[in-house]
Amino acid sequence: MNVPEDLQYTRTHEWVRIEGDTATIGITDHAQSELGDIVYVELPTPGRALAQDEGFTTVESVKTVSDVYAPAACEVVEANPALGAQAELLNTDPYGEGWLVKVRFTGDPPALLSADEYKSSLG
Amino acid sequence: MTTKAVPTPQPIFEKSRPGRIGCNMPKCDTPEVDLTFLGPLRETVEWPEIAELDLLRHFTNLSHLNYGIETGFYPLGSCTMKYNPKVNERAAIFPGFANIHPMQPERSVPGAIETIAQVQDILSELTGFPSLSMQPVAGAHGEMTCLMMIKAYNSARGEAARTVVLVPDSAHGTNPASAARCGYTVRTVPTDSQGNTDLAALRDAMGDDVAALMLTNPSTLGLFEPNIEEVCRLAHDAGAQVFCDGANMNAMVGMTRPADHGFDCMHLNLHKTFSTPHGGGGPGCGAIGVKPHLAPFLPSPVLMRKEGKAIVDHDRPLSIGRVSGYFGQFLMAVRALTYLLAYGRDGLPQISRHAVLNANYVQARLAGVLPAAYDRPCMHECVLTAAEYKKAGVRALDLSKRLIDHGFHPPTNYFPLIVPEAIMIEPTETEAKETLDAFCDALIAVCEEAVQDPGALTAAPTTQVVGRLDEAAAVKVLDIAWKSNRTAASV
Repeated sequence: MNVPEDLQYTRTHEWVRIEGDTATIGITDHAQSELGDIVYVELPTPGRALAQDEGFTTVESVKTVSDVYAPAACEVVEANPALGAQAELLNTDPYGEGWLVKVRFTGDPPALLSADEYKSSLG
Repeated sequence: MTTKAVPTPQPIFEKSRPGRIGCNMPKCDTPEVDLTFLGPLRETVEWPEIAELDLLRHFTNLSHLNYGIETGFYPLGSCTMKYNPKVNERAAIFPGFANIHPMQPERSVPGAIETIAQVQDILSELTGFPSLSMQPVAGAHGEMTCLMMIKAYNSARGEAARTVVLVPDSAHGTNPASAARCGYTVRTVPTDSQGNTDLAALRDAMGDDVAALMLTNPSTLGLFEPNIEEVCRLAHDAGAQVFCDGANMNAMVGMTRPADHGFDCMHLNLHKTFSTPHGGGGPGCGAIGVKPHLAPFLPSPVLMRKEGKAIVDHDRPLSIGRVSGYFGQFLMAVRALTYLLAYGRDGLPQISRHAVLNANYVQARLAGVLPAAYDRPCMHECVLTAAEYKKAGVRALDLSKRLIDHGFHPPTNYFPLIVPEAIMIEPTETEAKETLDAFCDALIAVCEEAVQDPGALTAAPTTQVVGRLDEAAAVKVLDIAWKSNRTAASV
């Protein structure tokens, strides 16, 4: 299972890349592997304010429908425009082309796991 | 095992030959009417031109590709794919049932009204709920009708501020969908390590904003909720109603009654438990039963007994209104009554005894290759996990696809969602031990193959008219129409 060292993670299988005052969020390789072939992603509109643990994106695969959660209070700055036509990018490149949103944290910074901590949480 | 795939049938349009016909139409003997003022509806009509015998062979051969309960074992978990005895159909085509019209005056169809009343009497006895409605035409429709009644009940008693519905994380997806459709917010209740409702979490989730708890018992894990009375008491203490999703009633027929467990209302799937037609989208029947405090809110009109006589009561001022035309699918009631009377009062518990016995037999026989998700006796279905095959690169889906090559319909996969690589098997009561053994032997062979030759599983099925379908593409690029200009290469 691919867990890049330079990213941070949540227990609910999101990855977070913090750059200055914005952060990019996606789902992990483990998450996409568990979901199976992803067919549809419903993204939030930029400007939407999210509370901590709020579901902000719905990912639909051939197996199930699952929510993606905000790691901390934040505002959506940008949603990945490529996913509308190519939801499968979440399967093929979860840490790259398959990113979901860029956000700006509006409250306390999120409490995140390191790559090692996330790996051990997968058991 | 044969490994030869069935040849792909040619579409009927490709069998068409110009001028070939199935029957000779007589010369027109009525005046011709010019309809060109309507304008052309379409440029051409590409109907196939084909002889009667070729047409007959085409559709007969296609029908042979079907798989159903009448061709083989159908262990699709959570679906109760039992055999529907043919005598049900015989009763449903009696002219007195089949030829009446729903708009006939009630006084002209006392037999039909008495038939529905008798089904309600028996369902009432089996569930413990005194008042019923046969109007909902599907299970999810029954769920939603119960929630609508709970909403009306809460409004009537000044408790409209209850806006939350609690749903366990193991629930059928229809539960949160029904709640959302009724304008409720869904709050999830987790399952504990034994597969039961997590009582501590339920206590935390309860509050004066909760309208109802929707609970499937036995749960979708195929497990009877041992704390069911405590669960209902917690809900009632908080002023909430408890709805029983009756999808799994096949485990309880004549054995135990949901109303006695503490539920306030429930739905039943006649098309599952009571042996009426099931596949193809219906017609179904999601009959509902309620306790007296909810009865005023039943869909109107209410078919009930008054001094023993079946009557139709239209005077229901608190009713939520109709949820379907007439009394739902009337001939479902005829089939269900036939089924119930054929078993008889003493025979009915045999349904659940054998359904539970068969599921436990399968669970025990497969324990060496597919352990149960929760190590305890199951009810009418068993939920197993294929997680250990993941290291060989084999998923539950691959095991299921390989089973097709052994001639069996696959079990349910990936449900309930809380079980990793779930395989959910519901044999139903209508299967002999030989059939269960043949199925278990096949699944054990597939599991052994998963370790020795995983590639054979990920390539399966190889014996069917089509191989592994691209489910993601099927969802995204829905393409089911034949097009005349399509070349063979693009099909």
